[in-house]
Amino acid sequence: MQVTINGQPKTFTAPLTLYDILEQEEVIAMMIAVAHNMTVIPKDQWHEKTITDGDQIEIVAPMQGG
Amino acid sequence: MPLILHDTQLQSRLFLGTAGYPSPDILQKSIDSSKPGLLTVSLRRESAAGKGQEFWKIIQSFNIPVLPNTAGCSSVQEAVMTAEMAREIFETNWIKLEVIGDDYTLQPDPFRLVEAAETLIDKGFTVFPYMTDDLILAERLSNLGCDILMPWGSPIGSGRGLNNIYALKQLRARFPDHCLVIDAGIGAPSHAAQAMEMGYDAVLLNTAVSKSLDPVKMATAFSLAIQAGHDAYKAGIIAAQENATPSTPLTDKPFWHQHG
Repeated sequence: MQVTINGQPKTFTAPLTLYDILEQEEVIAMMIAVAHNMTVIPKDQWHEKTITDGDQIEIVAPMQGG
Repeated sequence: MPLILHDTQLQSRLFLGTAGYPSPDILQKSIDSSKPGLLTVSLRRESAAGKGQEFWKIIQSFNIPVLPNTAGCSSVQEAVMTAEMAREIFETNWIKLEVIGDDYTLQPDPFRLVEAAETLIDKGFTVFPYMTDDLILAERLSNLGCDILMPWGSPIGSGRGLNNIYALKQLRARFPDHCLVIDAGIGAPSHAAQAMEMGYDAVLLNTAVSKSLDPVKMATAFSLAIQAGHDAYKAGIIAAQENATPSTPLTDKPFWHQHG
């Protein structure tokens, strides 16, 4: 299945949870926030959120800001 | 008297941005030298490279409250989403709400700002709106529940200082109990002092420090200027007059009326 992560299309093998995707993207241990199809998913729900073909995921981290 | 925002006591009335410093080390030293009351931060896309993680370690080490922003957002949906992600990551309900309406001046879009503020307040956020100095906009935001207002001094990064003194004074006079923060456009410490002398509660700045030749020294200069301006306001600045008033008493002046 194809999932868009931070604007980049990527191919994964279903079934997958959001947690699995974050693990494969090597960001799971980082301080991040994640949105799935424009909805913010709290960390304690990453395991439960099932990812399907065409989903969009945004992964963000703290950055310098004014 | 320290500034208290929603039960959080801040160590200074300088709110310092964290972007654009020559190096993480200089950012760290600038924070250390100026001891700001708030640090503004942002969010960007993360990858396995972990670009944001090191930055966050630096910020965390200071134990200074952070104010995440929605910089770069031009729609209500983007701003709300960014705020929600910021709350998730920084574990704070505070959000500096930026909804940009013009790419050249980075002027906030007042209509979308109000709409986004209303949505975020409903979701439990404490909104710090980055706004123009428009009085009616301030009233609308205040009516929504914003007790902190952050009018621009001038466009972000312009260094022009306070463009519209009249409007900024009007805001101070009309919102005596709100926390008013000058946000953006500051270039020199004297601009920040001027804002504080007008009774503003704090000044938020970034570029004036980060792009100066010596950010560490400039951060200290701003910290001192903001404190000086605040102290002067509290002490009561004398009213300007057209004519001179002798500061030295003339009573018992020798040779009084003996010349000529």
